[in-house]
Amino acid sequence: MQLYNVLDFPILSLSIFLPTLGALFIWLFVRGDNAVRWSALAVSVATFIVTLPLALSFDTDTAHMQFEEFHPWIQAFNVNYQLGVDGISMPFILLTSLLTIICIVSAWECIRERVKEYMIAFLILETTLIGVFASLDAVLFYFFWEAMLIPMYLIIGVWGGKNRVYATIKFFLYTLAGSVLMLVAILAMYFKAGHTFSLLAFMDYPFDFTWQFWIWIAFFIAFAVKVPMWPVHTWLPDAHTEAPTAGSVILAGILLKMGAYGFLRFSLPMLPDASQYFVPFVVVLSLIAIVYISFVAMMQKDMKRLIAYSSIAHMGFVTLGTFMFTQQAMEGALFGMISHGFVAAALFLCVGVMYDRLHTREIGDYGGVVNVMPVFAAVMMVFCMANVALPGASAFIGEIMVLIGTFNPSDIAQANLAVSTKWIAIVATTSIVLSACYTLWMYKRVVFGDLTKDTVKTMKDMNIREFGYFVPLILLVVWLGFYPLPVLDVMHVSASHLIDQATGSKLDAAAALAQAMPAAHH
Amino acid sequence: MQESAMMLNTTELLAIPALPLIASLIVGLFGWALKEKISHIITSASVIIAAVLSAHVFMQVLDGASFYGNFWTWMLSDTFVVPVGMMIDRLTAIMMLTVTIVSACVHIYTIGYMHGDPGYSRFFSYISGFTFSMLVLVMGNNFFTLFFGWEAVGLVSYLLIGFWFKRESANFAALKAFIVNRIGDFGFAIGILAIWYYFGTIDYREVFTQVEAFVAQGDVLHFMGWEMSAITFICLALFIGAMGKSGQVPLHVWLPDSMEGPTPISALIHAATMVTAGVFMVARCSPMFEFSETALAAVVLVGAITAWMCATIGLVQNDIKRVIAYSTCSQLGYMFVACGVSAYSAGIFHLMTHAYFKALLFLAAGSVIHAVMADQDIRRMGQLREYMPITYITMLIAALALSGVPPFAGFWSKDLIIEATMVREFTEYGWVGSFGYFAVLTAVFMTAFYTFRMFFLTFHNSDRVPAETKPHVHESPKVITVPLMILAVGAMLAGAWGVMALDIANPEAAAGYFGDSIFVLDAHNPLMILAEESHGHAWYHFVFSAPFWLAIGGIALATLMYLRETAMPASLANALKPIYTFLLNKWYWDELYEKAVMRPAQWLGNWLWQKGDLGMIDKGMIHGGIVDSVKAGAVRMREMQTGMVFHYAFAMVIGVFGFLTYLLLKA
Repeated sequence: MQLYNVLDFPILSLSIFLPTLGALFIWLFVRGDNAVRWSALAVSVATFIVTLPLALSFDTDTAHMQFEEFHPWIQAFNVNYQLGVDGISMPFILLTSLLTIICIVSAWECIRERVKEYMIAFLILETTLIGVFASLDAVLFYFFWEAMLIPMYLIIGVWGGKNRVYATIKFFLYTLAGSVLMLVAILAMYFKAGHTFSLLAFMDYPFDFTWQFWIWIAFFIAFAVKVPMWPVHTWLPDAHTEAPTAGSVILAGILLKMGAYGFLRFSLPMLPDASQYFVPFVVVLSLIAIVYISFVAMMQKDMKRLIAYSSIAHMGFVTLGTFMFTQQAMEGALFGMISHGFVAAALFLCVGVMYDRLHTREIGDYGGVVNVMPVFAAVMMVFCMANVALPGASAFIGEIMVLIGTFNPSDIAQANLAVSTKWIAIVATTSIVLSACYTLWMYKRVVFGDLTKDTVKTMKDMNIREFGYFVPLILLVVWLGFYPLPVLDVMHVSASHLIDQATGSKLDAAAALAQAMPAAHH
Repeated sequence: MQESAMMLNTTELLAIPALPLIASLIVGLFGWALKEKISHIITSASVIIAAVLSAHVFMQVLDGASFYGNFWTWMLSDTFVVPVGMMIDRLTAIMMLTVTIVSACVHIYTIGYMHGDPGYSRFFSYISGFTFSMLVLVMGNNFFTLFFGWEAVGLVSYLLIGFWFKRESANFAALKAFIVNRIGDFGFAIGILAIWYYFGTIDYREVFTQVEAFVAQGDVLHFMGWEMSAITFICLALFIGAMGKSGQVPLHVWLPDSMEGPTPISALIHAATMVTAGVFMVARCSPMFEFSETALAAVVLVGAITAWMCATIGLVQNDIKRVIAYSTCSQLGYMFVACGVSAYSAGIFHLMTHAYFKALLFLAAGSVIHAVMADQDIRRMGQLREYMPITYITMLIAALALSGVPPFAGFWSKDLIIEATMVREFTEYGWVGSFGYFAVLTAVFMTAFYTFRMFFLTFHNSDRVPAETKPHVHESPKVITVPLMILAVGAMLAGAWGVMALDIANPEAAAGYFGDSIFVLDAHNPLMILAEESHGHAWYHFVFSAPFWLAIGGIALATLMYLRETAMPASLANALKPIYTFLLNKWYWDELYEKAVMRPAQWLGNWLWQKGDLGMIDKGMIHGGIVDSVKAGAVRMREMQTGMVFHYAFAMVIGVFGFLTYLLLKA
C-alpha cells in the first residue's frame, strides 16, 4: 500500500473528527450564544485549514488513493478504518469544509433559539460529510452515510419552517428506503468478494453480470434518491423549502453530491458491465431532469422551491455526464458538482437574506427589491447569471464539458444507445434556454420593478457579515469560471482511471473465476 | 500580402480590450464612491485610448501586419483544449475600429444624455464593459472566445435594456431579449459541439484549413429520416445563433422592444455593434459557409425576409426609436443577404457604414427625445428644425445615408449588396436568389420612404409639439452635438472611403481590402461575376441603376405625403385599413409568441408540476402505493409513536446497526 501522505500525518482523520471534537468542546464548556457562535466558527475555520493540505500537497499525477490511513477496526469481519482520497473525492472535502464556514456565518443572526444545539448539529454534520468522501471501507462509508441523516434531520425538523414535520419525514423515509437497499448491496458484495469491505477490493473483484445487475439496481435506488433523480426527487423541494437557510445550503451544496459520488465510487468502477447496460436508462432520467424539471421550476411560486427544482435540473447534467464515460463529460460532471455547490448555495443564501427581512419565500410578496437593496441585487444577479451557465461563471465550464463529452461519447456508451448521442446532447442543450427562463423570470419578479409593496420598502441592504459570506463565493465562481485548470488538473488522472474502470468489463474475469472455483473446491 | 510579414505588438493588442474592462470594473465596483465626473473620465478615456490604438492597429494591418497567438488555457480535458487567444486580421481590424469609434462617440454623448441619472456610473460601467466584451468577440481566435464575447455582450445588453428597472416594460423587454437570444445561443452552442466533434479543435485556423478535406469526405447526418451534410448542419446551427443576436425573423422580436433601454445603448448595442455580431460571425466562418449551398441559401432567405418584412413594419410605426429599430432589423437583413450570396465583404462593408449612420440616427433621435421631454412619439413632434439645427442637419445626413443616396455612406455598401444579389445564382436554390433580389430591391423604396416619413414628421410638417413641452425644446449641448458631428463625417465618407481607399469592392477577394480574411469560392463569387459583366463601372453608373431611382422615389413619396399633401397619410391608412392595422401590429409576431410559445410553456410547466410531481408521484406512487400499505401495518405500532422526529431517527439508526450486527454475527 503506497502512502502519498507527504506530511505523514493523519490529515483525513483530523479533518473528520476535528468538527466533532469541537462540537464536544462547545457542548461541555461553552456558555452563551455569542461564545457558541464564535467557537463554532473557529472550529470550522480550523477544519478548513486542516483540509487545505489535501489540495496543496495533492499529487495530480496518480490515480491511486492518497493520504491513506489504515487501522483494523472490527477484525472478526474484516472491517477496517480505511481512509484515502483521490481526484474525485478530494475536491468535495474542501467544498464541505468551506461551505460549513459559510453556513455557520450565515446562521449568525437568524438562528436565535437553541444556538448551541444548532452549531453542534452543523459540526457533527461536517464530520459525517467529510467521512463519506474519505471512507474507503464500505462499513465506514455506510456509517457516515447514515449518520449524516441525523443532524440533517434535526436541522430541518427543529429549526425549519411551518411544514417541517412533513418535509423531514418525507426526506427521512425516502433516503432511508434507499439506504436499506444500499446496505443489502454492500453485504452482498462482502460475501461475494471474499469477506472484505474494502472499496478497492470491490473494484477489483470480478462480479458476474447477473450479480452486477441486481446490485446495481440496489445502489441505483439509494443514489438516485440522493441526487435526486426523477421520479424520486419530490422530497427535495419540500426539504429545501422547510430547511433553514444554512440547511438548504449544505443540502444543495454537499448532500446532493452524495448520490452522484456514489455512482462514481460504487456503480461505475465496481459494476462496469451493469453500468454500461443501464446507460440508456440513466440518460432518459437525466434528460427528464433537465427538461421536465426545468418546466416545473419555471412555474414555482416559492423561491426556494424554484431553486430546488433548478438544482435537480443541474444534477441532470451531472448524471448525464457520469454515464457517458468520456473524459470531458466525466470532468464536466465533477466540475459541475463543485460549481453547483457554490452557485446553488449562494442562491439559497440570497433567498435567506430576503427571508430574514420579510419572512416569506413567495415570489409574489417581493418586487422592486433593487430599489432598497442595490448591493444585494447586484450579488444576486451574479449568481443568477452563474445559474444560467453564462461563460465566465464556473457553471458554464461544467455544463459545456458535459455537452462536449456527450456529443462525442465513448464507443461503449454509444453502443448501448439506440439513438446518436448527438441528439441527446441537443436535448440537454435546451437547458441554455430553459435555465434562463426560470432563473431570470424569478429575478425579474423579485428584484426588478417599482416599489409598490409597503413591506418591501422596509427592507435594508445587506450588512457586512452578509456581504462577507458572498464575497468568497463570488470570487470562487468567477475564478473557476475563468481559470478552472487547477481543479480540472486534480481530476484528470482519477477521472481517466475511472473511465478505464467503467468502460472495461469484468465478465471475462468472472467467467474465468467461475471455472476456477469448482476446481478449487475439489 | 505576406502571411506573418509583421506581427502586431501583443501589449498593444491586449491593452485594447483590457482598458475598457479595467475602467468598467473600477467604475462598477467603486462607482458609489466616485464623483460623476471621475466615472465618465475613467471610462471615456479608456475607450478613446482603445479607439486610438485600434486605429493604429488598423494602419499596421493595412500595411500587411497580423497577429495570431494564444495567451492562456481556459479549459483542458484530454484532447479538448480551449485556449484564449487573439487572431487579428483585416476583418478583425475593421470591426475593432468601428466598435471603438462608435463606442467612444457614445461615451462622450452619454456624459450629456445621462447627466443627473441616479445610475450614472453604473451606466458607464456597463457600456465600458460592453466595449470590452465586443472586442473579445471580434478579436478572439477560436469559437469559445467568440461564444464568451457573444454571451457577455448579451448580458450587458440585458442589463442595459432593463437599466430603468422601475419600468415594467423595460424589465419585460430585458427578459425577452435575453431569452430570445438564448434560443439563438442554443443553436450556436450546438454548432460549437459539432465543430469539436467533427474537427477535433475549436481554433478558427485549424478548423478552416480542414474544411475542404472534410467536405470531400462527405459526412452526413441523419435525423428523423432527413439527411444533411455535416457542414450544413454546423453552418445552420451557427446561423441560428446569428439570427438570435442579429434580430432576424423569427427571432427579431426582442430587438424593437430593446428600445426600452436608454438611447445611447440603442445606438451602440442595438444598432451599431452587438446586433451585427451575427453578420461578423457568418463572415468569419466564410470558409465553412462557402461549402454549404444550403446554409448560404438559408442565410439569404432569412435575411431577405427580415429585410423586407421589417421594412414594411417600419412604414407605419409612430415611435421614433421603433422606426429606427425596425430599420436596423431590415438593414441587418441586407447584410445577411450579402453574406448569403457570398459577398461577405459587401456585408461587412455595409456593417461598417451602417454602424456610423445608424448610430448617428439613434443619437440624433436621442437628442430630439431629450429636447421634447422624453417623448418618443413622432405624432407629437414637427418643425423641430427651427430649434435644433445641428441635430437636424446631422440627422438629414444619416437619413440620406440610410436611404442609399449617393454619395453618402449607405449608398456604396447597399448598392454593392443589391448588385451582388442580382448576379449571384444558386445552382440548387434558384428561387432563393430571385426572392432575395426582389426583397432587397423593394425594401430600398420602403427604407427611403419610412426614413423620410420619420424625418419630415420630426423636423418639418406642422408643429405638433404639446404646449407644455414647448418652452423646453432646445438644441442639445455640445457634449451631445459633437459626437453627432463626428459620426456625421463617418456617415458621409465611410462609403466612399471603403470603395476608393480600401478597395472593398475589388472582385478578386484576395486583392481587395479583406485579403485572405474572407474566403470565397471562385465559382460563386458575385463580385467577380459583376466585374466580368460590367467591365468596371463608370462613376456615374448609379444613374442607370434601379436602387438609386427607388430610393429617390421613396423620398419623393415621403415628400409628397408629409410635406405637400399632409392629409394623404390618414386617408390612405383608412383606405387600406386591414393592411395598415396588420403592419401597425408588427405582423402580430408578439401575439403569436404569446399564444404559441409562452402560454403553452407555462401551461406545460404547471401541468407537469400539478399532474406529474404532485399528482402522479406524490399522491399516486408515494401516498397511494407505499404510504397507505405501510400505514395499515403501522396501526398496531401506534402506541410506540412519540411524535418526536429524532426519536424515529435514533430508532432507525439503532435498528440499522442492529440489523448489521445480526448479519455480521451470523456470518
